[in-house]
Amino acid sequence: MKNSLNERRIYLFKYLNLKRFYYAVGKKGFIEFIISIIFLLFFYAPLINAGMLAFANQYFYPDILPGEWGFKWWEFILGRDNLIQSIFNSFLIASLVTIVSLLICIPAAYALARFDFKFKESIMFSYLLTNAFPKMGLYVSIAIIFYKFNLMGSYLGVIIIHVINSIMYMVWLPMGAFRSIHKQQEEAARDVGATPLQTFFNISLPMAIPGIAVSSIFTFLGSMDESQGTLLVGFPQVKTMATEMYAIIMDFPITAGAVFSLLLIIPSLIIIFIFRKYITADAIQIK
Amino acid sequence: MSEVKVKIKDLSVIYDNGDGVRNIDLDIYESEILTLLGPSGCGKSTILRAIGGFNKLTGGEIIIDGEDISQLPPEKRPTSMVFQSYNLWPHMTVYENLAFGLKLRKISSKEIESEINKVLKLLKMEGFEDKYPAQLSGGQQQRIAIGRSVLLKPAVLLLDEPFSALDAKIRHQMREELKRIQSELNISVVFVTHDQEEAISISHRIVVMDKGKIAQVGTPTEIYEEPVNPYVASFIGEMNFIDEGDKFLAFRPEEVEIVTNDSGEYPATIEHIMLYGHYSQVLLRGRHNMIRAFVPKTNMVDIEEHMKVSFNVTKIREYEKEI
Ligand SMILES: Nc1ncnc2c1ncn2[C@@H]1O[C@H](COP(=O)(O)OP(=O)(O)OP(=O)(O)O)[C@@H](O)[C@H]1O
Ligand SMILES: [Mg+2]
Repeated sequence: MKNSLNERRIYLFKYLNLKRFYYAVGKKGFIEFIISIIFLLFFYAPLINAGMLAFANQYFYPDILPGEWGFKWWEFILGRDNLIQSIFNSFLIASLVTIVSLLICIPAAYALARFDFKFKESIMFSYLLTNAFPKMGLYVSIAIIFYKFNLMGSYLGVIIIHVINSIMYMVWLPMGAFRSIHKQQEEAARDVGATPLQTFFNISLPMAIPGIAVSSIFTFLGSMDESQGTLLVGFPQVKTMATEMYAIIMDFPITAGAVFSLLLIIPSLIIIFIFRKYITADAIQIK
Repeated sequence: MSEVKVKIKDLSVIYDNGDGVRNIDLDIYESEILTLLGPSGCGKSTILRAIGGFNKLTGGEIIIDGEDISQLPPEKRPTSMVFQSYNLWPHMTVYENLAFGLKLRKISSKEIESEINKVLKLLKMEGFEDKYPAQLSGGQQQRIAIGRSVLLKPAVLLLDEPFSALDAKIRHQMREELKRIQSELNISVVFVTHDQEEAISISHRIVVMDKGKIAQVGTPTEIYEEPVNPYVASFIGEMNFIDEGDKFLAFRPEEVEIVTNDSGEYPATIEHIMLYGHYSQVLLRGRHNMIRAFVPKTNMVDIEEHMKVSFNVTKIREYEKEI
């Protein structure tokens, strides 16, 4: 009896053996497994940590577990006057940024995908370049211009900063989506009587919607998340969730930051949930 | 088949790199199927797309029903085109695909519905209204694309290798379908293909093209029987050539008559016999080159491989060599 239990145990352990696992799934599978474990740790370990700290009344640094559990910091954060206002501001700014960015970038993406014109290459390259610069340097030089136009501390100024940040993926992703539409499909629309504009709105745009949706989500979440530029241009008048986060981290214990960071995740989760059917590898042309 | 529907006058379409077609003159008649035939890159699509409005003309004009349409954009032309693939809009159902052009013409939805029902019946595709293109086979997609075009009652239907992405069996069915649809609706069709068998089986007239120019226009029989030059002769069907120094003699395999003694005009040795069911293909080693002959089954009894024979030719064509 005892023997057979032992045997079974050995049997089980056999398959926990890394070497066996390696040969069972093959080299490629094994490497993928290791990489995804590392990935998961990177993604979720801080999140779990924040989740834990958010429910700590007291926490001292090198300890792993909090000294005292409770909702103290939730009460504190939810009780702050600025919270509701900053959430509202964040959503308002993110929505406006997404709309403005769509209006500017979608036509540009279409033009880059379909038409040949002078300087096309250099325009595409300059997109990359603006993202290669250190952001802060860019913001400071923009701020100098904003002073002249009285845009410092204004919502408009913050929106412009966020739109500039979004141009990269708002042009690149939809451009890829437009490129993947077959030319015949647009020509067929012209052929049955659609003008170029009707073709764009009835054929090209709907077919590119998955790519456009994903980039809009990126833009929206990116705007919710943006703090550097918002602080520099909007301070102190424009308060968003992201800038509030800065204030809280500076002035209060880390546990308060943990609560706020969980709050920050909520809108992202909601949006990703709503648009989950669009967020596929296909839409961003991985594969 | 008498009235001219489309008149192409001195048409040139030349791309930036110098490729294209030059000085094309062609009439397309009322309710005929006219096929543009030629090897890849000879300019078939270029001409078709020029008629449809997708290629800018470098010179010449295109007249449909007496009206010069050379400068009109595709949406204003009385033409409709079916491409080799990716005709349908994947985000629309079959019904929406068919209805799109009619809606743009501000036709009432009641009338649209009855028109679409008629066309689906013509295509034998009733019941497919709510399917998406991805749910259809390649052949069904092409049929819907043809239906979408004929719904608009175009003066001329343009088809650019519409069946070449389909497998052989479906391709044959689709040819017959197209012939049936064309004769029921009685419309003019310009059909592009690089497949000579397809061209012969489907067309009232064939335009054989060679490097951006028209080599010959004629009925399938005319082109098969009387090709104007060795290029057309070798492009359509099988042709034997004998080099006579300053000229070529040309004849088809079925025009060879083998005689078992040396009384025939040309001496030869039988190299190889291959049975193809109701006829055999016989390879003969002639004086200069190999000659291919098709021999009916009933005449096969008295010949065998390696036999010395001779042959006569029932019909011979002569082509001067160009220097
Ligand atoms: N948009 C274009 N720009 C430049 N050259 C082109 C363009 N389209 C076609 N060509 C060239 O013009 C010539 C004729 O092309 P076309 O597409 O009309 O040939 P085709 O007879 O339809 O061939 P296929 O059977 O391969 O479709 C070719 O040499 C081709 O490379
Ligand atoms: Mg072609």
